[in-house]
Amino acid sequence: MSKPLKQIHLAAHFPGVNNTTVWSDPAAGSHIDFSSFAHFARTAERAKFDFLFLAEGLRLREQGGKIYDLDVVGRPDTFTVLAALAAVTDRLGLTGTINSTFNEPYEVARQFASLDHLSGGRSAWNVVTSWDAFTGENFRRGGFLPQEDRYSRAKEFLATAHELFDSWRGDEILADQATGTFLRDAQAGAFVHRGQHFDIHGRFNVPRSPQGRPVIFQAGDSDEGREFAASDADAIFSRYSTLKEGQAFYTDVKSRLAKYGRRHDQLLILPAATFVLGDTDQEAAELAREVRRQQVSGATAIKHLEFVWNRDLSAYDPEGPLPDVDPVVGEDHISRGRAQVRMYRDPIAIAREWRQLAEANKWSIRDLVINTGNRQTFVGAPATVAQTINDFVQADASDGFILVPHITPGGLDLFADKVVPLLQEQGVFRSDYEGTTLRDHLGLAHPDADSAGAPERAVS
Amino acid sequence: MSSTPANRLHLAVALDGTGWHPASWREPVARPRDLFTAGYWTDLVAEAERGLIDFVTLEDGLGPQSSHFLDPDERTDQVRGRLDAVLIASRVAPLTRHIGLVPTVVSTHTEPFHISKAIATLDYVSTGRAGLRVQISGRPNEAAHFGRRTIRRIEAYDSPAAQDVITELFDEAADHVEVVRRLWDSWEDDTEIRDAATGRFIDRDKLHYIDFEGRHFSVKGPSITPRPPQGQPLVTALAHQSTGYRLLARQADIGYVTPHDADQARAIVAELRAGQQAAGRAGDTLHVFGDLVVFLDDSRAQAQARRDRLDTLAGEPYTSDARIFTGTAAQLVDLLEELAVAGLTGFRLRPAVAGHDLPRISRDLVPELQRRGRFREAYEADTLRGLLGLARPANRYAASVA
Repeated sequence: MSKPLKQIHLAAHFPGVNNTTVWSDPAAGSHIDFSSFAHFARTAERAKFDFLFLAEGLRLREQGGKIYDLDVVGRPDTFTVLAALAAVTDRLGLTGTINSTFNEPYEVARQFASLDHLSGGRSAWNVVTSWDAFTGENFRRGGFLPQEDRYSRAKEFLATAHELFDSWRGDEILADQATGTFLRDAQAGAFVHRGQHFDIHGRFNVPRSPQGRPVIFQAGDSDEGREFAASDADAIFSRYSTLKEGQAFYTDVKSRLAKYGRRHDQLLILPAATFVLGDTDQEAAELAREVRRQQVSGATAIKHLEFVWNRDLSAYDPEGPLPDVDPVVGEDHISRGRAQVRMYRDPIAIAREWRQLAEANKWSIRDLVINTGNRQTFVGAPATVAQTINDFVQADASDGFILVPHITPGGLDLFADKVVPLLQEQGVFRSDYEGTTLRDHLGLAHPDADSAGAPERAVS
Repeated sequence: MSSTPANRLHLAVALDGTGWHPASWREPVARPRDLFTAGYWTDLVAEAERGLIDFVTLEDGLGPQSSHFLDPDERTDQVRGRLDAVLIASRVAPLTRHIGLVPTVVSTHTEPFHISKAIATLDYVSTGRAGLRVQISGRPNEAAHFGRRTIRRIEAYDSPAAQDVITELFDEAADHVEVVRRLWDSWEDDTEIRDAATGRFIDRDKLHYIDFEGRHFSVKGPSITPRPPQGQPLVTALAHQSTGYRLLARQADIGYVTPHDADQARAIVAELRAGQQAAGRAGDTLHVFGDLVVFLDDSRAQAQARRDRLDTLAGEPYTSDARIFTGTAAQLVDLLEELAVAGLTGFRLRPAVAGHDLPRISRDLVPELQRRGRFREAYEADTLRGLLGLARPANRYAASVA
């Protein structure tokens, strides 16, 4: 007997501030104006997606001591734009990346609880960490956090936020106009948290929200990050979008759940994925090559090489051969404010490998970057892409995908119109929302569902 | 009667829960069970917009409301709990078109970098209708919610010992606003160039480090959010005494003050104008709005009876920092005109019961003001700055280069 088909989860990442976004295309619109976000969110909701995803940045990236100017730069505030999107959508989940290093639990918990109320239970928090002094220069606390503490602070931050969310059971507001009792419990919201990173107490001033707590996402890929996701997250935003890597990651992360007493279906694995659609597979492949050339200009190719070489390569011709000098290895990096630099752990070896690749294929610097960089995950006619996505999910390479189009804000339109109907026909994707909250869409239980009635108050 | 912009008054409405009277939630119109829904706030702001009101302010705080001036209480007979004001404003923005949205922001415990991008984004989602109302917090319990600092306990706001603490919190607020304002200017308006020929998305020479160094924080910049539609969203604050007036004179576009008669209003306005001069801002427009709590009914007796009824429900007479008005719309207009002669340029009305007094403002008071030629007949501008007669300011960094 064959196993029942898994239902696919799909979400949309509003692109920006990365070199997948093709800003030079005539179809590219604003990545700041609210009309762009509204269009994008409405398309995602029309396609019955689970949620919209926003990344975050807290300092403009620099390279060689100058602000990086080749990619899209600038983005709105996450909470504020999500609250506005709640006004122009009814069902779509609203997921925001919020840093646990440069914020305080009371304020973040209040913002997520408020967003959950104002969206009728559609908020989600992608918890990320940071430690670098570079970003810290924009904040009161500065860059105070030792790297080894970032996950312990993140874990305690999240635990503290949960204590705040749980400080209201949900039945305290009586609002009985006749008797004059507004609150059933004078202690609603009382909390005490004493830990290594936070020592706080008092009263949380937002009542329990429709989802109880926002849905929790995690995006880190280190061993610590995977443990954090297995112990604390509802979904993990991974970057493994090939079948084999995806399956390896899926197996690894899901196998970590048991030791935290969690079931297989309590953590969704959702890689980021890019796509290019054409009328035929052939046309899509040609389009994909064109998009890659738009994404990687000569200037971008040189800057990309500098991430590895860690030195100024502006004198090199992007259409010429790779530099024969070796990368500079050291603590200070030519690129700042970019997570990508940490991917290159052995730059000397990478440089050697890339030189060999370029020589073997007669690639210029730009050709190399185009061919080794982030190629589109799914390329093809709608039927091909629908089939591939379904194959990935049924083969446990993921539970679905967070799609990152390369055009703002219309980059999702074709996918919604052409690919989603095919997935619906195959019975692997919903034809309408079955619930109203993001937890409903993701098949996650309400946090109060496991306990008999309301959770115990932490402090009385 | 024709109305000219010169003699028009400006009107704001201060929204707080079900209204400013602590027993307001018990009125049949109050909808206390809806307080934590988007629909409740959307309806209130739409009502204010129907009345062509310049803007609404939204109260906020980083702890529960309390009947004590500095400490939490254990009361269960009043509204407790509230949603983040910036998020409420943003949730309402796409559903309104003209009215300004001015949430409260507590400078004492927040990061100016976050606040700057949040209000800039509110300006984007409202296409130019954002402001902020900056507030300090001297409450020890709210400091304990953050655990980063202790605030020296003060016994009364007017005690001499309190002055040092309050002065320090206001000075920090002034620094906070300075950082927020510099960040709004840290992108010149035409920074985004999308120059396909050179492959540059932005002109990095039009981005500026703000390099703010102060007693409580230093911030490098630039912002990650481009300069908002209004250039500088409106900065507003409430003040009751000289320490606060200094913040208004240095940093605000609108100050809310609480005179109880025309003489007090005149003295406050004089102090503010002198403060502006001292701060080198004599040429900038600083609106001075008088704050009033209002009970509006068809007769003064009805308004008074309603106030008495609510006081009885509350178990004590309602008092406020602001003057409390009970009467008809026409009587209120008389009072507003009298206070305006003393130099106030507008008023922020605090509805005692939001569900009752806000519609009275939009449907009775505004028509009365219009009859006397003292209020707009239609929204005449697309931005909040435009409604208040404020030009879009030049970018400080661009100006220094030119």
